[in-house]
Amino acid sequence: MKKRALSLLLVLALMCAGLTGCGTKEGAKESNNSTESTQDTNQKTEGSEGLFAPVPKEEVKVGVLHLTDPAEGSGYTYTHEQGILEMQKNLDLADNQIVRKINVDDSDASSVQTALEELVEEGCNIIFATSWGYMETTAAMADEYPDIIFSHATGYMSNGTNFNNYFGRIYQARYLSGIAAGLKTESNKIGYVAAWGKDNSEVTGGLDAFAMGIYSVNPDAEVYVKTTNSWYDPEGEAAAAEALIALGCDVLSQHCDTPNPMTAAEEAGVYGVGYNSDMSKEAPKAVLTSVLWNWGAYYTTAVESVINGTWDGSNYFGGTKEGLIGLSDLSDFCAEGTKEAVDAAKAKIESGEWDVFTGVIETNEGTTVGEEGKSLDDATITGGLNWYFKNIIEK
Amino acid sequence: MSMLIKFIAVSIASGTPILFGTLGEIITEKVGHLNLGVEGMMAIGACAGFMAGMSTDSFVIALLAAFAAGALSALLYAVLTVTFMANQNVTGLTLTIFGVGLANFCGYYAIGKSETGTLKLPEGITSQMRNVNIPGLSDIPVIGPLLFSYNPFVYIGIAMAFILWFYLHRTKTGLNIRAIGENPAAADAAGIKVTKWKYINICLGGGICGIGGAYTIMIINKGVWISDCVGGLGWIAVALVIFASWSPVKAIFGSVIFGALRQLKYYVPAAIAIPGAFYDMLPYLITTIVLIATSIKMSREKSQPQSCGINYFREER
Repeated sequence: MKKRALSLLLVLALMCAGLTGCGTKEGAKESNNSTESTQDTNQKTEGSEGLFAPVPKEEVKVGVLHLTDPAEGSGYTYTHEQGILEMQKNLDLADNQIVRKINVDDSDASSVQTALEELVEEGCNIIFATSWGYMETTAAMADEYPDIIFSHATGYMSNGTNFNNYFGRIYQARYLSGIAAGLKTESNKIGYVAAWGKDNSEVTGGLDAFAMGIYSVNPDAEVYVKTTNSWYDPEGEAAAAEALIALGCDVLSQHCDTPNPMTAAEEAGVYGVGYNSDMSKEAPKAVLTSVLWNWGAYYTTAVESVINGTWDGSNYFGGTKEGLIGLSDLSDFCAEGTKEAVDAAKAKIESGEWDVFTGVIETNEGTTVGEEGKSLDDATITGGLNWYFKNIIEK
Repeated sequence: MSMLIKFIAVSIASGTPILFGTLGEIITEKVGHLNLGVEGMMAIGACAGFMAGMSTDSFVIALLAAFAAGALSALLYAVLTVTFMANQNVTGLTLTIFGVGLANFCGYYAIGKSETGTLKLPEGITSQMRNVNIPGLSDIPVIGPLLFSYNPFVYIGIAMAFILWFYLHRTKTGLNIRAIGENPAAADAAGIKVTKWKYINICLGGGICGIGGAYTIMIINKGVWISDCVGGLGWIAVALVIFASWSPVKAIFGSVIFGALRQLKYYVPAAIAIPGAFYDMLPYLITTIVLIATSIKMSREKSQPQSCGINYFREER
């Protein structure tokens, strides 16, 4: 009898293992399969007057909801944390004016709500919810507490007053990094470790922009993509990178949250384009440049508007122009002419005449997307990019 | 062809951290203790090994530190379950949560102290832990990459499996240990020091798990600290114990198979359209099948030690 109970326990343990194994960090962290539109993007509410009274700088309190532990090093949460720290420095806030809740599982609405309520009780004036999955709970909380500002990253919901969303045109930086990769490759095979497949618009759009950047300088190069099915899978990301290197890729890039593809590239003596933060600190001999989120640009603007009383409830979709996204400094071993080519493309984007997804784009299935002289709208860019550019090959 | 050889090579390497976890768990279960804290012990080992490597720049000291930290965390488990007779499952699960949390906490603290915001092992130690390159042998086509081009952990792991097999199945102590796992009361009556050997084996097992943890941070993450570096491998190791039917030598083959299953996703051409989630499921699916198959056969040799999971009260004899 005891033995039976034991084996039952073992099976339970196994199931437990199965759950942790399969489900690690699978929570829809960023904009997972968002097919709904970002309709309110950049919409301004009436007048430029603020909706809330100014808050003295010494009294302002900022709440932050982090998905994981900022100590993960180089990934998503770390980058947000860097942004918060930059904002703190820019505005000269004291440590106790920032309240953090870390490891808030975004697939668990009740823990999100508890964390948000704790931040409200702490007296926060503005709360940043940094992950996609916090969206609906945050929306509900914003209704309940109309005097507190809730700002949600990467989503599509907002109410125009105390609840907005913020995100960035990361594809612009991806395009620029593609130029560096396309000029560097000698085997004309460039690898890409993607967190999710074609059904995820955020990952796919970034990959497309990267591939288009490569194509703009090196039409012969091909982009090989491997998918890990997770935002955060240290072993899988290293494995995908090693497999891509074995296929002959001599430049790698990534859309996933550990620096492992870059360190794998460094060990194999090939090059890479990092993501999230400057990964040249993890792999100094491999990283050509990194695609950066500089959330501090938004956090500073947002908290400043709370202090000045100019908060207007509008959404934020910043690009290279606003400094929300960008490239880290190009390394010395980038191919010659990289800087000029990147700067030229950057100027073209910032002029506003042209924006990566402009004109007719050919997919790798032989179909086309877009119209001549027009750019895809923001709703499509955030939620509707489910095709691969013509030089991308799934391996 | 070269992709096939690469696949076999990465499978063997990828199985190695799981092998360490499994070996540690096997010798723990052989004295009748089911320690579900493998993941936590690996995390603590990873953290200690990493920090020791950072400060001493010595691969050997890093390994010893990982072993010692794993053994210490297992000692905690041993005190709770052997001496205080706490529930083994609960204690083990707690150890997992504690270990992962402690490792992340230490990492966060150390990152906060570092100037660059990154922790990376110095070059001296990374060069020692890279894949070995034996001049002549490593260059032989096919055989070179398959036998002589792994990181040092792979050779240590395989050697350790054979040593443990010898220890458990060819020494008198091993016989005593197996007796404790099957029936501690009988072993006690025969004059075997049950508590002592339980402590020794549990700590030894924890230490071996700790080395597996060091593998994750040094090889998978190439010596760059990230949190949650073990990433669920400890749980797979617990599953592999059943797959290997509590035999250290079979664990080698089991770990290679599990390693292959974990790498398969990246080596099957995308033209064969199988959803990625299917590959993630495979190790667990296969363990379940093995579990069912072995429970049908009911072979005494290949089943779990009979008293595993049950604390031994001497007064209850």
